[in-house]
Amino acid sequence: MTTRLQAQARPESLLLNMGPSHPAMHGTIRIMLELDGERILNSEVEVGYLHRGFEKTCEHRTWFNLLIYTDRLNYVSPLINNLGYVMTVEKLLGLEVPERAQWIRVLMSELSRISDHLTCLAAMAMECGAFTAFLYKMKAREFLWDAIEQTTGARMTTSYIRIGGVRADLHPDFEAVVRRAVDETRKVVKDVRGLLDKNPIFLGRTRDIAVMTPDNALSYGWTGPCLRSTGVAYDVRRAQPYLTYDRLDFEIPVGERGDNFDRYLVRMSEMEQSLRIIEQCLKPLARTVPAPSGIAPAEAIREARRRRPDDPVRLSPNLEGSEKAVYPGIMAGDKRYVLPPKEDAYTTIEGLIAHFKHFMAGHGLRPPKGEAYFAVEGGNGELGYYIVSDGSDRPYRLHLRAPCFHIVSALEELIRGRYVADVIPTFGSMNMIGGELDR
Amino acid sequence: MSDVLTALIKIFVALGWFLVLTLYLTWVERKESAVLQDRIGANRASIFGLRLFGLFQPFADAIKMIFKEDFVPAFADKVLHTLAPFVSFFFVAVTIAAMPFGDDIVVGGKTVGLQVFDPSVGLLYVLAMLSLGIYGIILSGWASRNRFALLGSARGAAQLISYEVALGLSLIGLIMVFPSLRMSDIVRFQGGTILGFLPRWGVFLQPLGFALFFVAALAETKRVPFDLPEGESEIIGFFAEYGGLKWGLFMMTDFMEIIVVSALLATLFFGGWQVPWLAADGFHWPWGGHWALARWLVVVLQVLAFQAKVVFFCWLQILIRWTYPRLRYDQLMDLGWKVLIPLGLLNILATGLVMSL
Repeated sequence: MTTRLQAQARPESLLLNMGPSHPAMHGTIRIMLELDGERILNSEVEVGYLHRGFEKTCEHRTWFNLLIYTDRLNYVSPLINNLGYVMTVEKLLGLEVPERAQWIRVLMSELSRISDHLTCLAAMAMECGAFTAFLYKMKAREFLWDAIEQTTGARMTTSYIRIGGVRADLHPDFEAVVRRAVDETRKVVKDVRGLLDKNPIFLGRTRDIAVMTPDNALSYGWTGPCLRSTGVAYDVRRAQPYLTYDRLDFEIPVGERGDNFDRYLVRMSEMEQSLRIIEQCLKPLARTVPAPSGIAPAEAIREARRRRPDDPVRLSPNLEGSEKAVYPGIMAGDKRYVLPPKEDAYTTIEGLIAHFKHFMAGHGLRPPKGEAYFAVEGGNGELGYYIVSDGSDRPYRLHLRAPCFHIVSALEELIRGRYVADVIPTFGSMNMIGGELDR
Repeated sequence: MSDVLTALIKIFVALGWFLVLTLYLTWVERKESAVLQDRIGANRASIFGLRLFGLFQPFADAIKMIFKEDFVPAFADKVLHTLAPFVSFFFVAVTIAAMPFGDDIVVGGKTVGLQVFDPSVGLLYVLAMLSLGIYGIILSGWASRNRFALLGSARGAAQLISYEVALGLSLIGLIMVFPSLRMSDIVRFQGGTILGFLPRWGVFLQPLGFALFFVAALAETKRVPFDLPEGESEIIGFFAEYGGLKWGLFMMTDFMEIIVVSALLATLFFGGWQVPWLAADGFHWPWGGHWALARWLVVVLQVLAFQAKVVFFCWLQILIRWTYPRLRYDQLMDLGWKVLIPLGLLNILATGLVMSL
């Protein structure tokens, strides 16, 4: 099949296929280039190589079950994806979430946001040849993911934020681990700033390249750090505050020129702001609830494996290892929408029936008829879910507004007339995530 | 007969030194980058459980590459595709012949130079051989019939030719100061002192020339920040269609170029095998005083001094490689043509003015 670019290309120019399998096309995307020497005359970006039919699949999964698919959208910040979906459903249900759960959600969102920015900038630096900066940032991400793993039981596919609250309470050592991660990330951000901020080669590769004007960015539907780099201070956390963001003190860093370097700088500054938010979250989290007595999911699994099946267990065999006592703090109390504590499901008839009602086909969670759109600030920008409910136990329609879809749509325009090598930092600064882009 | 034997021994020793150092430079690169990046680095290769900080890793790599399938893509030009890595390898391997490893020694009544051969145009010979290495790059890109490889080889050819000019110009000032192009004479000339205490090394005579040569030579090695012909995240590189030992040859060529550049830097700018204030009969300290040394000890010290200088510059180049991002093609050309070459011309002018005073 002849593509648009092939049909339009001058006969004497060199056509080059970057991707779908190419070291810099993390994820899979195909950028076809029409080249005159090293200069790009035209390009055509083809997305969809990672299309898994996320939205259609969700129509065939119950409200509860489709949560795991949201993990796989932006795999670097799965918690924010969980959050977006869960909060949309909660909006449909009109469900109030306990305050502690809200703080935990904010904390987890910010941890994810930092790891998202770290990954994006690390890849961008590496593709410009700065391998050392890449590994520094990956090291910081490990500390963050250690903190996430300790509480959620997984590094990437967390499924931690549930309708009505969060799955388990924080690990008792959480604060120490997070503080360590924050300190390490600060160090890394400082190191990387030292390596790249004033580096003439890096500046030469990113300064004034792929400049986006605010108007153009808005017309493309850009959001997130990429939009803010053009000088538009739009952040969902500030524009439509959700959870406890209105009680937190943080700034919205904006850029001036909207070039690759500004996109880098905005992400760097945002990481610093997110670290501030995390530190602010730790205080109310320490205050609201006595030390959590729940058992960490990872330990719960280990414990459950050691016991014989007929041995009366106090621990649940699955990840809901937390004890009943801590549930009120992290889960909403409405039994129609929230799973009963596992202990109840095993020991009381009411709990067991409630459990079955949640998982029997045609029963379960059934939001009222209606539609809802809710957006959270994802790593890449406004991550919005639009959900239509027909009153059944699965969504009638679920649509995801993936921020990087809108950002990548401007790629063709941004690289036109530039060099082949400019594709790399430009594409890197957009933070294309295949799972989110192609859905 | 004995001449031939001497020459053969010299070739064997020089090439052996060159290749072993190349192998171990891969280890140094891995370990040095690991230290820079808070990692441990390769340490798994072992012989009977003996790991020695991964010192066997280069051999493991070599064995792996040798036993890989010798693959030539169906659409490639088989002859040229096979020829290219050898061309690259050959031209860089022969440069070591003109490097003086130490002062002449007397063996059995005959004077033997610690150098494979010492032509009167030694410096030009080294530069010429380095330039011919371009053919390997062009051939590989062309014969692979791959657009990425072609872009890489076009970049490589343009880059090497441009920087060849800068490299040559940066050395002209030095050639004006030194009495000869013969490598052994160049080193011997750097044996004295300036102002009674400063070794008469090229770097002190031609500081700007040294800086220009260093940058241009870094570009000649085709490594970050000048690794555009490779540009692994952009165009994968001119050796995109190579695997196994042929790819290994390209990689070795890169490392050998580092060594050649280090040896050139040491020879031209840092006195080659000269140790500061060490003459044939021992140290003559600038503050007066004399420390007599046996002749053999002097030779050993001088050979070691050359090795140390080469290793230092290899280390420095690897440090640079793991610190900086990559330049873009037009920026590279700008740096070569708009910065290095004018500065090189300025250096020649300044040198001429100073010399005519």
